Formats: sequence, C-alpha cells, structure tokens
Amino acid sequence: MSRRNWGLWAAMAAGYALLYVPIVSMIVYSFSASRMATVWAGFSTRWYVSLFSNEQIMQALARSLTIAAVAASCATVLGTACGLALSRFGRFPGSGLLSLMNSAPMVMPDVMLGLSSLLLFVTLQQALGWPERGMSTIMIAHITLTTCYVTVVVRSRMAALDDSLEEAAMDLGARPWRVFWLITLPLIAPALLAGWLLAFTLSLDDLVIASFTSGPGASTLPMLIYSKVKLGVTPEINALATLIVTVVAIGVVVAGVVMHRREAA
Amino acid sequence: MLPMLWLLLFFAVPFLIVLKISFAEAVFGQSPPYTPLIEHAADGATSLRLHAGSYALLLQDPLYVAAYLKSLLFAGVSTLFCLLLGYPIAYGIARARPAWRMLLLVLVILPFWTSSLLRTYAMIGMLKANGVLTGALAAIGLIEPGTAILHTDLAVYIGIVYNYLPFMILPLTATLMRLDFGLLEAAADLGAKPWQAFLRVTLPLSMPGIIAGALLVFIPAVGEFVIPDILGGPDALTIGRVLWTEFFTNRDWPLAAAVAVAMLLLLVIPTLLFEYVENRRERREAQA
Repeated sequence: MSRRNWGLWAAMAAGYALLYVPIVSMIVYSFSASRMATVWAGFSTRWYVSLFSNEQIMQALARSLTIAAVAASCATVLGTACGLALSRFGRFPGSGLLSLMNSAPMVMPDVMLGLSSLLLFVTLQQALGWPERGMSTIMIAHITLTTCYVTVVVRSRMAALDDSLEEAAMDLGARPWRVFWLITLPLIAPALLAGWLLAFTLSLDDLVIASFTSGPGASTLPMLIYSKVKLGVTPEINALATLIVTVVAIGVVVAGVVMHRREAA
Repeated sequence: MLPMLWLLLFFAVPFLIVLKISFAEAVFGQSPPYTPLIEHAADGATSLRLHAGSYALLLQDPLYVAAYLKSLLFAGVSTLFCLLLGYPIAYGIARARPAWRMLLLVLVILPFWTSSLLRTYAMIGMLKANGVLTGALAAIGLIEPGTAILHTDLAVYIGIVYNYLPFMILPLTATLMRLDFGLLEAAADLGAKPWQAFLRVTLPLSMPGIIAGALLVFIPAVGEFVIPDILGGPDALTIGRVLWTEFFTNRDWPLAAAVAVAMLLLLVIPTLLFEYVENRRERREAQA
C-alpha cells in the first residue's frame, strides 16, 4: 500500500470516527448508574426504567409519532403527485413555479419556515376562526416541509425508470388510472417507502417548526428534549436518545435490505 | 392540482404575510402583537400604514449586523471543514470496491437519518469539561485537564461540521463515482505527479459535487438555531437565535418578520436564482 493511500485511509477513519464516536459514547453512558450524564458508575438500566415511567415523555412521544405518521402519509401522496407531474408531463403552465416551490423548503432555514407558517395560521385564524393551534397546525407545517423531499425521491426514481412499460399498457387500452395503479405505482413503490421514511424521520426530528406552530399543551418530543437539555442534562435523555437511534437505525437497515432485494429480483 | 394548491397556500402565501407583518408596528400585550396595516376609520375611510421601523432597526443596531456576519462566519468556516474532511471520505467511497462502497455509504447515511437534535445533544458529552473529547485532548496534553470546549465558538464549529458532514459527502460521492478514472491514468502516463493529476483533473471535474455539497451545508447552517443555541456561548448570536429571541422572548413579531425577510433576501433568493441559471445552462448544453 502506498503512502498516499495511508493518508486517505487515515482521513476516512477520522471522518467516520467523528460521525460515530458521539453517538456510541451517548449509548454507553445511557447504561451508567451515575446521576451525572457523562460519568461512568457501573452498569445499570435504571434510566430506561425511569424513562418508561415518565408520563410526560411518553405523552410527548405518542404525540410526535402521531404527527409524524400523518404528516409523512399526506406528504407521500402530495409528493408523489408532484414528482409524477414534474417528471412525466414535461413543461406545463406553472411547472417552473411548482419546481421552484418544491426546492425552496429544502434550502429554507427552519426558523423561516416556522415563523412564516405560524403567521399564516394566525392570519387564517383571525379571518376564518380556523385552525386552532396545536397538533393539526404542526401536521400542516410538517406536510409542507416534507412534501418536497418525497418529490425529490419520487422524481429521481421516475427518471431512472423506463416509461415504455406505461406506454405499452396505454397502447393495450388501459386508462390512465389503471396504468397508474397497475404499472407505475408498483414500480415506484420502493421510492414511496423511502420518501415516507424520510418524511417520518424529518417530522419526528423537527424542533424549530413545531415550536413555532404548536399551541399551549401540545409539546412534541423534540420540544420536551430541548427544554430538558436547556435546564441541564438528565441521564433519561441518554436512554431515550439510545432507543430512538436504535429504532431508526434498524428501520433504515431493514428498509434498505427490502428495497435492495426488490431491485435485485 | 392539489399539491400545487397546498404549496401555494402553505408555502408561498406565508411569505407575503411575513412581508406584510414586517411592515407592521409591534404592540405589546395584545394578541396578535402587532398593528393592522390597513386601518378602517369610523367614517369609512381606509388608510394604509407602512411602518419601516423594524428594517431601520436592523440596519442601525449593530447587534443585527453582527449576528448576520457571525452566522456567515460560522457557516463559511464549517463548510470549508466539511469539504476538507468530506472529500477524502467521498473519494475513498467512490474508489472502493462495489461491495465495500455500499457499506461505507450506508455508514455515512445512517447518522443523517437519526435525529439532529439528539446528535447535537450527544456532542455535549464530548465537549464538556472532562468529556470524551476534552478528556482525550487533556490526556495527550493538548489542553489543561478540566477545560471545557462546550459554550465556545469552537464547539459550534465542531457541532455544525458533525451535523452536516453527510450533506457534503453524498453529492461529492455521486460526482466522484461518475468520474472516469482512466483520465487519471492518462494524466499519469503524460507525466503528471499524483498531486498534479488531482489538482488539474479530479478537482475541476468534481466541482459540481463541491458546489452542491457546499450549498447544502452553507445555506441551512446560516439559519441554524439548535446548534449555536445548545453548544455555543451567549455570544454565539446567529440570525436563527436572534429571530427566535425576538419572537419568543421579546414577542416583537414585526422585527422577527423583518429579520426573516432580510435572511430571505440575502440567502435564499440568490440560491434559487443560482439554481435556476444552472438548470438553464445545463438544458442549453444538453440541447447543443
């Protein structure tokens, strides 16, 4: 192995270490008996026990999961429609605007999206008496945030797809809806799963937009974690973070394997 | 076109409202805490009142200009370090055998899927006094034992690089994987030293990936709230934090809106214009 390759390997190892050492050390300390979040004092699962008996955290978790599931599902429907329109219909009136509005939320800072969504909700409420701020407004804001990510995933899948299958089905007399249900949808299903998962984790992770658009008493899990971190670190958060990271990692790996198999088949 | 309507209603219209409210005057102790722009007087006359005070304050109070500069500095330096750290990784992935490549890519993407709030939180354990990283640095004698990096600007840089590194690596890897490595052999045959081949062949050809990665890191990093707020000290005042404070603590909604409009003008609109011009150039080149 040449000297140049050693340099490359060292740089790669440093990069991967940066990515993983913080997470791994957090997982290790979640099993520490110490009240200090980063002092080791023997193996213990007491923080996991106290986590599951913490009513407030469990309620916020349930709220966050509900919001993420609803937002991801709606965003998948909307994003798929956007992705199909942008990749199949070519240039249509408004396609430039749609494309622009689709890339904008991805480069937009969170504080900006949060503030603008809230001001819209306040204005709507003054004019129409709707919506009441709470879970529903967080869901609406999260759908807006995540739709564009689903669009990107669907669009790139469509670009890689041969459209001759769809044309063949239409030549054989299938109506557009049948073509969509029988041909297009099964072909882009892996992209839909990937898009849904991406939207779900983005919604689950969001602190800033939820803080702006939430109403009193509708704290999500990230909002609760943020307020706890601001008050000082509690070891319960280590345990909670470990569980979330583990679940997400397993989910992503399983989804990856499923998609890999489907594509190979 | 339901998606179009949705994006128009919940994405485009809000900006007009932000713009509108940025011209209102803050009124405290009422909800919502600002004056209406259009006033209906008792005699039926309607008048428009534009209040530019929030914008004047942005320019006059050095606090806001300093916050913009600080945000640009944090984002710029972090982007540079993401590039320096991310390039070798992307290069290594692109040149690895296909079986290894998948694994290495998954290992980069995995942290990106886990919560950024929790990863920022995990950084506290690394950077506080006698933490994992500070302890290690003290053990090899680089810093005094008991020194904390937490709540300094350095902590913010480390936090941003840590959080955004995957955003740099992914587009770089995509570009480098498409690169024809035969070109490097040709350069070597023509007598180029490895570093010359890198500077004159690999680097220019990977420019699209560098630009894409730099934008993906730089833009959100400028508006970042969580990382400077949790890892930085009180003087790590970024635009994101200023907007948050004006809104939640001072309840000055018009000023928060004006901060947002200024951020949009300085940051997002140039990006979208750049993207638009690039797309048109690519289409023209594809047609030519």
